[in-house]
Amino acid sequence: MNPRQLLPWIAGAALIALPFVYRDSYHLHILILILIWAFAYTSWSMMGRFGLVSLGHGGFMGVGAYVTALLWNHLGVSPWLGIPVAMIAAAVLAVIVGYPCFRFRITGHYFVLVTLALSGIVLQVITATRDYTGGSLGYTPDRTRGSHLLALQFDDKTTWYLIALGVWALGLVIWRWVDGSMDRYALEAISEDEDAAAAAGVNVTREKLKITVISALMTSLAGALYCQYQMFISPDTVSGISVSLQMVFAVIVGGLYVSLGPTVGAVITIMLAEVLRIGFGTRAVGWDNLVYGVLLVVFIIFLPKGILGSVAERLKAHRKLSIKP
Amino acid sequence: MMDFFDIYLLEAVVNGILLGGLLALLALGLNLIFGVIDVTWICYAELVMIGMYGMYYMVQYFGLSYFLAAPLAILLVAALGALLHLLVIAPLLSAPPINQLLATGGVLFVLQSFATVAFGIDFRNLGIRLPVLQFAEMHFSYARLLAFGAALIGMVLVYLFMTRTYVGTAIRAISQDRQIMALMGVDTRRLYLITSALGGALAGLASCLLVLQYDVHPFVGLSFGPITFLVCVLGGLGNFVGGFVAAFVFAEIISLGGLFSDLEWGYVLAFAFFIVMMFIRPAGLLARRS
Repeated sequence: MNPRQLLPWIAGAALIALPFVYRDSYHLHILILILIWAFAYTSWSMMGRFGLVSLGHGGFMGVGAYVTALLWNHLGVSPWLGIPVAMIAAAVLAVIVGYPCFRFRITGHYFVLVTLALSGIVLQVITATRDYTGGSLGYTPDRTRGSHLLALQFDDKTTWYLIALGVWALGLVIWRWVDGSMDRYALEAISEDEDAAAAAGVNVTREKLKITVISALMTSLAGALYCQYQMFISPDTVSGISVSLQMVFAVIVGGLYVSLGPTVGAVITIMLAEVLRIGFGTRAVGWDNLVYGVLLVVFIIFLPKGILGSVAERLKAHRKLSIKP
Repeated sequence: MMDFFDIYLLEAVVNGILLGGLLALLALGLNLIFGVIDVTWICYAELVMIGMYGMYYMVQYFGLSYFLAAPLAILLVAALGALLHLLVIAPLLSAPPINQLLATGGVLFVLQSFATVAFGIDFRNLGIRLPVLQFAEMHFSYARLLAFGAALIGMVLVYLFMTRTYVGTAIRAISQDRQIMALMGVDTRRLYLITSALGGALAGLASCLLVLQYDVHPFVGLSFGPITFLVCVLGGLGNFVGGFVAAFVFAEIISLGGLFSDLEWGYVLAFAFFIVMMFIRPAGLLARRS
């Protein structure tokens, strides 16, 4: 094995060992948030990298979080069962909206706006059913006393860190798996030219639907995890248009076409928000989004491949140059 | 069955029509931008929000009268629209359409958080309370009637501008064929700038009317922005007449849905209707089937 193949394993081992060596609970908290959001952003990029820009992922995340919490509070269903149910609910939603979209060839601006309507619906339904969901005031899953495996509630940050790390790694594995599959070529062909892809024998509707369902399943899992970890969800933090835009933003900044791009995006956005919050205190309200927004515009104009994407491209060009002579 | 058609139903229907006028005005500006420049301004509602703040400060702090402040607010938002085009859209004109859409999404963040930082998150209003009109036991807000009237006048003016003036004719021509117009010696950059300013001015007019009915706060754009996009898409992006019809259809669904249950369910119903319509008529309500 050469050192380049060894690198991911060493990095993985270091990440697993981290919470046993380093126990600062605030820093672990930030790391857990980064991992959960990095997983959510990776889920979005599964579709985004093939030109399927969705603003409906806030909706999938909301379904994941609220279905899990509602099943636990009202029916006493353990999150171990509730999370799969929530994921299936999100997948069904994805098929209901996605199938007609792909079948009737709704693409580009239209696809963005249909999915925007989807996250709008989820947000409004959560707000409208305030008798059950607490409306815009937010919702808290019932607490058990101390850590409880069946309730998926843990007091210590180490357990949560390991769970989030595992899920994040799973996200990367799925990304790699799609990246190495035939579906990737089919989807890339579709994003270039749907008619040509169909003429070449690609089942456009099925391929698009497949990646949409995978993406929705992952996003709802991220929502459910966020809910179980934070023990508080509100329509504005897990659903709606601003969450969807937040995903798009982080992925674009990190890099849409590389596996670790969304993770880099999560690190940058969450660190930025935290640094501003600590540096300015309550005066920072609004400043983080102001910086985000300016960065998003600047990135799309000058660096559309994102930070990691551009760095990777530079490195590749550099390597080619050094081999040639 | 008869008590179904009571006075409240009629009131809801009329209120729906009044709301429809406002939605039609909002959709008109967005449709203009889309039809001519082929760009969706995701931040359109946030421009309206800035205009509402402009109205608030001019009326409450500088003591201008409402009718003096309104043209200034329209000018302000028109300038913002032109600036948005110069700074964000112009460098991206040859980029994939999705990038343009996402860049204006970034502007949405900027405007929202700028308002949070500069004006705080308090709800503010003009302090003008217009009387409520009573007619045959039905209540209509005067502000809504005024908004409806002004929206109609605004739309007629835009129609006249587009059909009767040289610049308007050029704008309509460019929306039909972008490449040819440049070859025929039309300065597309100047026309894009004028169109953006015009779209901004329509957003400014909408902000003058909205500020009469709603409190302004940094996130007010989120309450009517998505609806505006859906109206435009339902009517067919860039299709003025379609947008006009769709605005009234949407407003009636919200108004009537809200009558039988909570207002949110009216919105849910409208959103669901939108998704279903997308599948039945993907290119808009009035599109001809090809």
